[in-house]
Amino acid sequence: MGKSIHLALVGSPNSGKTTLFNALTGLSGKIGNYPGVTVDRRRGHFHVDGKEVHLSDLPGSYSLHAISEDEAVTSKVLHGEMDGGIVPDGVVFVADATTLDRSLPMLADVLHIGRPTLLVLTMVDELKVRGGDLDLFKLQTELGIPIVGVVGNKGLGIDDLRMRLPDFANWVKPETLPDRNTEARFQWADAILQKVTRHPLSESPMTRRIDKILLHPVFGIVVFAAFLALFFQAIFSWAAPAMDLFSGWMNSAADWVLATFPEGLFADLLADGIIRGVGAVVVFVPQIALLFALIFFFEASGYMSRAAFVVDRVMGWAGLEGRCFISLLSSYACAVPGIMATRTIPSPRDRLATILVAPFATCSARLPVYAILISAFIPDTQVFGPFTLQGLTLMGLYVLGGVSAVTFAALFKRGMLRGASLPFYLELPPYRFPSLKSVMLQVIRRVRVFLKAAGSVILVGSIALWFLLNFPRHEAPADMSPAMAHKAQIEQSYAADIGHALEPVFDPLGFDWRINVGLIGSFAARELMVSTLAQVYAYEGGDEDFAGFSDLLSRPNPETGETPMTLASAIALMLFFVYALLCLSTVAVIKRETKGWKWPIFMMGYMSAVAWLAGWIGYTLTLVA
Amino acid sequence: MNPPSPELTLADLPRVLVGKVLSVEGSGKFSERLRELGFCLGTEVRFERQAPWGGPIIVSLRGYRLCLRLSEAKLIRIEGMAGLGGIG
Repeated sequence: MGKSIHLALVGSPNSGKTTLFNALTGLSGKIGNYPGVTVDRRRGHFHVDGKEVHLSDLPGSYSLHAISEDEAVTSKVLHGEMDGGIVPDGVVFVADATTLDRSLPMLADVLHIGRPTLLVLTMVDELKVRGGDLDLFKLQTELGIPIVGVVGNKGLGIDDLRMRLPDFANWVKPETLPDRNTEARFQWADAILQKVTRHPLSESPMTRRIDKILLHPVFGIVVFAAFLALFFQAIFSWAAPAMDLFSGWMNSAADWVLATFPEGLFADLLADGIIRGVGAVVVFVPQIALLFALIFFFEASGYMSRAAFVVDRVMGWAGLEGRCFISLLSSYACAVPGIMATRTIPSPRDRLATILVAPFATCSARLPVYAILISAFIPDTQVFGPFTLQGLTLMGLYVLGGVSAVTFAALFKRGMLRGASLPFYLELPPYRFPSLKSVMLQVIRRVRVFLKAAGSVILVGSIALWFLLNFPRHEAPADMSPAMAHKAQIEQSYAADIGHALEPVFDPLGFDWRINVGLIGSFAARELMVSTLAQVYAYEGGDEDFAGFSDLLSRPNPETGETPMTLASAIALMLFFVYALLCLSTVAVIKRETKGWKWPIFMMGYMSAVAWLAGWIGYTLTLVA
Repeated sequence: MNPPSPELTLADLPRVLVGKVLSVEGSGKFSERLRELGFCLGTEVRFERQAPWGGPIIVSLRGYRLCLRLSEAKLIRIEGMAGLGGIG
């Protein structure tokens, strides 16, 4: 019989369901050490003994009585209200062995549904380290269901678990269950735990020590700010050599193409449109990788909930709560998962307010644009210690994004989204340090997403841009130098027409037509701004030294003495990028999560207005200063 | 029913440090959620820390830590533990 088996992973938030799911299926769902990492059902399958096991990883919940959208998914799947009425054949209830006092009562609720259920205890290693000891055989007898202990991140116990999954029909079922009311379920759990606990676990001493520093009202913030400043400095200092190396390769590849292929449009397209256009974005892989390593470290260590605690007064002032803050923090990687993470927010108004401002969080796509403009126009002067003006400017732009998000959320919550907040609670998990391997895996996963975007949206955009820049053809006189011919070509291209048409709008911000063209590309994806600048300016500066692509933007023209871009317009452009909603995937996810076009259109409108205004202020002030 | 000492809620925990849950006010799903987080009759709750300027509190109960705002903590009625209950 080739019948396939459907099983669902259920349990409290942060009990390790996705880690277990990844270990069983070989997939790499996003993991972290805070409640609410998984907000949607994820499916995977594997084979055991010739049987196909389909596993659904469900969002964690403290209860089957859902109060937010992510939790609703879990109860719907369990009750067969999704997937056209398919009820899972069996339930794999995942419980963190160190917090059984809280998760067993929910297990009782799940057992009431009546599906065959297996209990998986995760983090049994942590239980031991903290001095806890449970009699698992006795627990199995008391609960009346099978139990498997695992250490998901080390893969211990996974094979044993895998073998037992197809056998769901033979999992023993409990003979007695407590009443469904909450008090009764907790009494039942307490009574069982009293019988099976050989030694109670003590608190994690490391967590207490770290919290003493990080949650301190003064030191906590100082340590955090210093850490961030070092990080942004590292982006400039450490990643720069790797970037130079990458851009060197890109340039050699482009030169090789031009030298190897017969002169003509095809070679130009390949060298300038594809290699330079896409390459300008790909060179940022080292910085993107560093950024994601940091974000993952935050997510996996347990700091996310602490950060929400530390800034709760500010969020309360804005009318928001900790889960909104976590969604905003996630948006620093990318607004798409950040906006999806708002599903954990029970209040629909708070959720909408968070979605409305999430794109202000500085997503990784802005990094290349900021990095290029900063290295071209901001001097590398040392401010103090290891910190330079460049690193601090980058940090300033990141902080500005976050401050703006919270400020605008406050405006919305005081205006059209006014309403009392719903009760807020957030679990603070013990600190756990991710292994180097899991950091690497997550970084590789994100870099792959970045490269995939470079290979699709950015590639198509760069090619489209190349056509717009190279048509209609301009016949250069024979005595014109190649660089001048290129320049003449671009000046009368379709792209130039479009860019010039936008001049009335962007002249007050000091953008010339070339930047305007880049802005149009940026509506598809922000990184296209970098591709555009690379394609447009690479010609004008001559090809001799591509390592200084950012240098091209600030190098004065030998004849006119003018620089392609000025400090004022660079600052205006960076500020514009802080605020503008420039990303089709974000617009699409907003439409999906708010169920309509109303809010994405509203956001594009208000964010463009704010972006323009910020750019204009930045430009004007820089000119005055 | 209750001892004549003033009514305490979890918002008083920063003063009394340790308490036992008596009940959670209200019958809506948020009150129910607080019960499902483990605030059940007799559960011991310990104060861990409070953010400055009347910010949220961190309490530990049932072997884990939870962050709550004072407005939510007021929904949870507690009694101070023996020897400490008289404070305040």
